[in-house]
Amino acid sequence: MKLKNELSESFRIAFDAINANKMRSILTTLGIVIGVVTVSLMSMAIDGVSKSFVQSISVLGSDILYIEKESWMDHSDWWKRRGRRDIELSQAKELVRLAGDRYIISPYVSHQVCTVKYKEESITGVFMDGGSAAHQAVNKYTFSEGRFFDANEVDGSRPVCVLGYDAVHSLFKGDNAVGKKVKLNDITYEVIGAMEKRGTFMGFSMDNTVYIPVTRMLSDFANRPNVSILVKAPDMKNIDEMTEEIRGLMRKVRHLQPGEEDDFAINKQGSLIDTFNKVNRIISSCGLFITGLSLFVGGIGIMNIMFVSVAERTKEIGLRKALGARRRTILLQFMLEALLICLFGGVIGLLIAFAFQPIVSIYIPASISLKTVVIALLIAAATGVISGYIPARRAAEMDPVDSLRNE
Amino acid sequence: MSLPLIQIENVCKAYNMGAETVHALRGVNLEIFKGEYVAIMGPSGSGKSTLMNILGCLDTPTSGSFILNGHAVDQMDDDELADIRNREIGFVFQTFNLLPRSTSLHNVELPLIYAGVDLDERLEIARNALIQVGLKERMNHKPNELSGGQRQRVAVARALVNNPSILLADEPTGNLDTATGDEIMLLFDELYKKGNTIILVTHEEDIAQRARRIIRIRDGRIASDEPHQVS
Repeated sequence: MKLKNELSESFRIAFDAINANKMRSILTTLGIVIGVVTVSLMSMAIDGVSKSFVQSISVLGSDILYIEKESWMDHSDWWKRRGRRDIELSQAKELVRLAGDRYIISPYVSHQVCTVKYKEESITGVFMDGGSAAHQAVNKYTFSEGRFFDANEVDGSRPVCVLGYDAVHSLFKGDNAVGKKVKLNDITYEVIGAMEKRGTFMGFSMDNTVYIPVTRMLSDFANRPNVSILVKAPDMKNIDEMTEEIRGLMRKVRHLQPGEEDDFAINKQGSLIDTFNKVNRIISSCGLFITGLSLFVGGIGIMNIMFVSVAERTKEIGLRKALGARRRTILLQFMLEALLICLFGGVIGLLIAFAFQPIVSIYIPASISLKTVVIALLIAAATGVISGYIPARRAAEMDPVDSLRNE
Repeated sequence: MSLPLIQIENVCKAYNMGAETVHALRGVNLEIFKGEYVAIMGPSGSGKSTLMNILGCLDTPTSGSFILNGHAVDQMDDDELADIRNREIGFVFQTFNLLPRSTSLHNVELPLIYAGVDLDERLEIARNALIQVGLKERMNHKPNELSGGQRQRVAVARALVNNPSILLADEPTGNLDTATGDEIMLLFDELYKKGNTIILVTHEEDIAQRARRIIRIRDGRIASDEPHQVS
């Protein structure tokens, strides 16, 4: 088979040529190395960031709606929304009455920072959430000790609290927490539950927390009677249908006339993911641009050195043609040389990227996937083929008489 | 009488050198038969090299016809010319033109690679060719480990390896001392006696005297074409 023989000869020539000009080949391929390192680390970072984002965001639950005064996503026309009425606890109760038992509905007030004291021990910077009994049904907290507060405790505005894992451990150091009295910003509460570890959400610990009844939160800590409302369907429902139904109910609760704009927002995890994906796409295309640029520069380097290589071996090309090498054979020879130089650069780039991987993965939970390896090598190979083509064609079209005469 | 191996009729070759047109060949007619030993002579600028390039299928005539072993070479494109060079012509150059980083064996293998011969067969043929030129012990040497005469022997082995119909030698002794040159010429004598067709292009009278027919070129035309008795 002619092509097979030509190919193996071309490989041999390419290896010889690279071998004879080691330093030059390495310098030439540096652009490709940098391009491949960029592309691998970039895709590793992008993968990692989206993975950790999706992981974090999954805490919000894909089937949960959050009714609030403000939208998470839409920050335009803020002045129109400045004067919006608070969502009061009574409205939440009204919503529960209207919706019946088709939904789990739980009003809450979130994220005030407080100081928790027990005897001489005190911890600051604890996140305090006011919730209702339905929170337990949605979040399925697990307890090392005790329980979540029930509906009676919420309605009766009882001074009880549930502590997160970190808070329990810093304050009680292994002792029982349930039944103990703690002070939240100097107001005394009784501990009725200690949670097990929950992990982090978007970089925040979910264990450095204390939960109290939302009624208590409003009376003791909040400066406005405004709550958020969490809504979950007990079984998996179409999220859009659910949103529409809740929106209708909320309009009724808020006594909005037909044609009047909503003065509340229904937030969900999906829209956060959409926004994230938008941002992610922008970052990706920036990365792609940088990678493309360095590969372009690398490709020009390869093309340049291939022109030199062709010029240096003019006489050899003439000889090969005299001995019966066709245009295709010469073309193949030089394109293979460019391809091998680039693949060599691709492999070096990947090795460097793998060497960096442990450092990067300290910050981002990601690794270089097989897909990335394949893509990086394909890109390197494509750069070789594209930038090798023009010099190789010049070699292939050389006149045997002229090139044999070349010294 | 059988058909000539080479049949050249009224071949002209003109080059455009800027505004000027140089007529290197001005109507050459030539027939060479199988088994002949021909020397082509002429001073530089006579058109001798141009004729050799056309005979070697490295170049095509501007006008006129060239039939080599039944193939109309003047009608061929680059790739067809490459194929016919590979099958019909064995080149021996003044400067040897060996691949410097390859062994003798690989240098000799080269035409067979382009002919599409498989590895095992290729190595066998190349080894035999090297044995034929007396380089059995030098197969794995690179050109810079060989003497000038040995290099030219490798080149001769390379020229023979495809069983070409013509051995075309361009000043084969030009880069060799007299003794080594004689050695190479003895090798050509031997090849001639074995039935190879040899065309020798030279400007040295005593080299040309080894051939059985001497063609002299002057100003792009054949000035004389005479048989020659070797004493």
